[in-house]
Amino acid sequence: MKALRKFLDKKKPLFEKGGKFAKLQSTFDAFETFLFVPDHTSKTGTHIKDAIDLKRTMSVVVMALIPSLLFGMYNIGYQHFLSVGETADLMDMFVYGLIKVLPIVVVSYVVGLGIEFAFAQMRGHAVNEGFLVSGMLIPLVMPVEAPLWMVAVSTAFAVVIGKEVFGGTGMNIWNPALVARAFFFFAYPSKMSGDAVWIAEKADSFSGATPLAHAASLAEYKGGSEAATSIIEQHLSNSWDMFVGLIPGSIGETSTLAILIGAVVLIATGIGSWRIMLSVFAGGLVMGTIFNLIGVNAYMTDIPAYQHLLLGGFAFGAVFMATDPVSATQTTRGKYIYGFLIGLLAVLIRVVNAGFPEAMMLAILFMNTFAPLIDHYVVQGNVKRRLKRVKVKA
Amino acid sequence: MSEVKKIKKGLDIKLIGKAEKVLEKADRSETYAIKPTDFPGLTPKLKVKVDTEVKAGSPLFFDKYSPEINFASPVSGKVIAVNRGERRKILEVVVQADAEIQYEEFKKADPNGLSREEVKEELLKSGLWAFIRQRPYDVIAKPQDTPKAIFVSAFDSAPLAADVDFLVEGEAEAFQAGIDALAKLTDGKVHLNVNPNMNQAKVFSEVKNATVNKFTGIHPAGNVGVQIHHIDPINKGETAWVVRPQEVIFIGRLFQKGVYDVSRKVALCGSEVKTPCYFETITGTSVRNILKGKLKDDETIRVISGNVLTGSKIPEDGFLGMYDSQITVIPEGDKHEFLGWALPGLSKFSMSKSFFSWLTPNKEYRLDANLHGEHRAYVVSGEYEKVLPMDVLPVHLIKSILVEDIDQMEQLGIYEVAPEDFALCEFVCTSKIDVQDIVRQGIDLMIKEMS
Repeated sequence: MKALRKFLDKKKPLFEKGGKFAKLQSTFDAFETFLFVPDHTSKTGTHIKDAIDLKRTMSVVVMALIPSLLFGMYNIGYQHFLSVGETADLMDMFVYGLIKVLPIVVVSYVVGLGIEFAFAQMRGHAVNEGFLVSGMLIPLVMPVEAPLWMVAVSTAFAVVIGKEVFGGTGMNIWNPALVARAFFFFAYPSKMSGDAVWIAEKADSFSGATPLAHAASLAEYKGGSEAATSIIEQHLSNSWDMFVGLIPGSIGETSTLAILIGAVVLIATGIGSWRIMLSVFAGGLVMGTIFNLIGVNAYMTDIPAYQHLLLGGFAFGAVFMATDPVSATQTTRGKYIYGFLIGLLAVLIRVVNAGFPEAMMLAILFMNTFAPLIDHYVVQGNVKRRLKRVKVKA
Repeated sequence: MSEVKKIKKGLDIKLIGKAEKVLEKADRSETYAIKPTDFPGLTPKLKVKVDTEVKAGSPLFFDKYSPEINFASPVSGKVIAVNRGERRKILEVVVQADAEIQYEEFKKADPNGLSREEVKEELLKSGLWAFIRQRPYDVIAKPQDTPKAIFVSAFDSAPLAADVDFLVEGEAEAFQAGIDALAKLTDGKVHLNVNPNMNQAKVFSEVKNATVNKFTGIHPAGNVGVQIHHIDPINKGETAWVVRPQEVIFIGRLFQKGVYDVSRKVALCGSEVKTPCYFETITGTSVRNILKGKLKDDETIRVISGNVLTGSKIPEDGFLGMYDSQITVIPEGDKHEFLGWALPGLSKFSMSKSFFSWLTPNKEYRLDANLHGEHRAYVVSGEYEKVLPMDVLPVHLIKSILVEDIDQMEQLGIYEVAPEDFALCEFVCTSKIDVQDIVRQGIDLMIKEMS
């Protein structure tokens, strides 16, 4: 360590103002602070500080994403071999998935971090750690057959338009990873919907539709009708598979189980907001139940409310996307409202508008937009309480 | 009021080096100093020059904008230095002490028999007024105001804080006289806020002429601002005054003995002190003799006058702050740590459970002054709320200060807060934002705009 430290101290002047590589100062700084927590000590205010910093926070979130990533890799292999009708052992499936997924992860990180470093240098900032998480989220919400250049373009769009134009991490109004997915979804719809993209190199004869798509097709039938029942029996009867995640879907979103493991990590460490997660699930359940009671087609009445939480990106969005502290509401009370409405809207859009089966993304982006408004009312509530106090006394 | 208010939001930071309740003797200090920087917002005007002879209680300087507020020399002797900083700002007025302290003589009287004006005049003349502070703004009280109440917090919940019972031991009469004097200054009550788990001293339990309120719970339960918020919050246009227990005693001594006697007990604590304990000394003392031979010498250290959250950094031969009854010594921590953010962190303290130190909740830590990270924009939300037991939205208030929106600051409660109430917010901040500084800036702006 000492030798490394000495080496860095020796090279540091080269990267400082006037040095040979002054243009790479932010890059050097990013690597240096990655290797060594700096020797800065407090100048004013409290003399001691909590040991946590953004690097720690972000790395905990990345750790929480690891179960989803690993399961996603396994599931890619599982779905592939299932579709082509071959048997393969666990390791084969995993390795197959690894080979498929790794390039997407690499592209996302290289493109995103490249842009981040460039912006940091242009502005003379330190490189913010925010992209460590976004860079992992983006691949996990992509279909496995997403062309790499599209992933690259989406990531670039998300980092530049979704984040840097606002001033970088902490200033953005939407979750950058969802901006990437939304861009992908609207720019290249054929690569993010339909039957063909969710299973890697699937056999043509095999239906690759996601359970969510099957569920959406129910909207054409009456509740309890024969056609609806047969779709449900064929594709939606196995809640256990949906929960474990052995279904086609975006890379990291299929396994509610793996997502819940991540949720436990986030909640136990105190880094993710349990208030938001809980209220998203509550919102989804409430809307699902309402449909169950007053629904007019099979999608509304025949899909039990709890299944909505297992379908598509609902759980992934609730745990990892809605809880992004920058784009979510900041106030405690606001978090309950924000989360609840996300859950509610996700199920509402998904069921009512067949054009947008993956409604979680839209619901979160929509509520990201309204988060400041919710906070505004919560803040006004605080202001009113303060004013009332004066009136009571007077 | 027998009802106990429990403060649930907050954080107790357990540090190594709590002072043993043993009173040790240090060699008497030769120099003492009053630091105008201890009084935020003050513009000092000197009354003395180098070589002026002073007595304990002789004014050294006064407030340019309230000339009746004097700042007195704690000891008798000769002014030996006026240390200045940038733009000739006065940092310290240093007095070399006589072998025996000569006191200025003030009127000896039972405060119960005096009028409000007489009490005020005595306090102003003697320099003890500087120990009375006000909320809003956390500055020295304005003599022309009449506060709605006066608050005394009888316990300190900050990390390694001195045991107030021990500090006031044997001073019951002076304390009572001080309370009587304070009672003269307000039309409302004098609130004495005690913690039944920490305050057993008769000084507090047998006090008369004051309303006793009970608080328990975690830091910042002992912060007088938090207590005011729960007893009688400050609204726009209202003023409350606050005094600390030892300073109540100073006021008591003035009326009992007719002298400016600001001798006090001080706790020497922190992980870098060999045997943490208490010392009998005088406000403004040089800490050199107290520290001599008491420190472990393994690495760079930081000496703090006050506690680790709100105190100020002083050199090893610096001077004790005006309001401080605690000297804390911690490691400076000015070194790089290899992959520090990624280690399990068993010896690191964090409110979050992202370090495995949460497995040992009762462990005492040796924390240094390293920032453990770098300044960033706000990213994480909901942190400050966990450690601020007030109905105030901390981040929104901070942001309104940063954009200098006076109306918004007022609406969000700037009158109710002091920088010290935000110390824990600053401690837990993932983005390492200097919250206390920002709050002070906001207060300075309010003072400027509202006057």
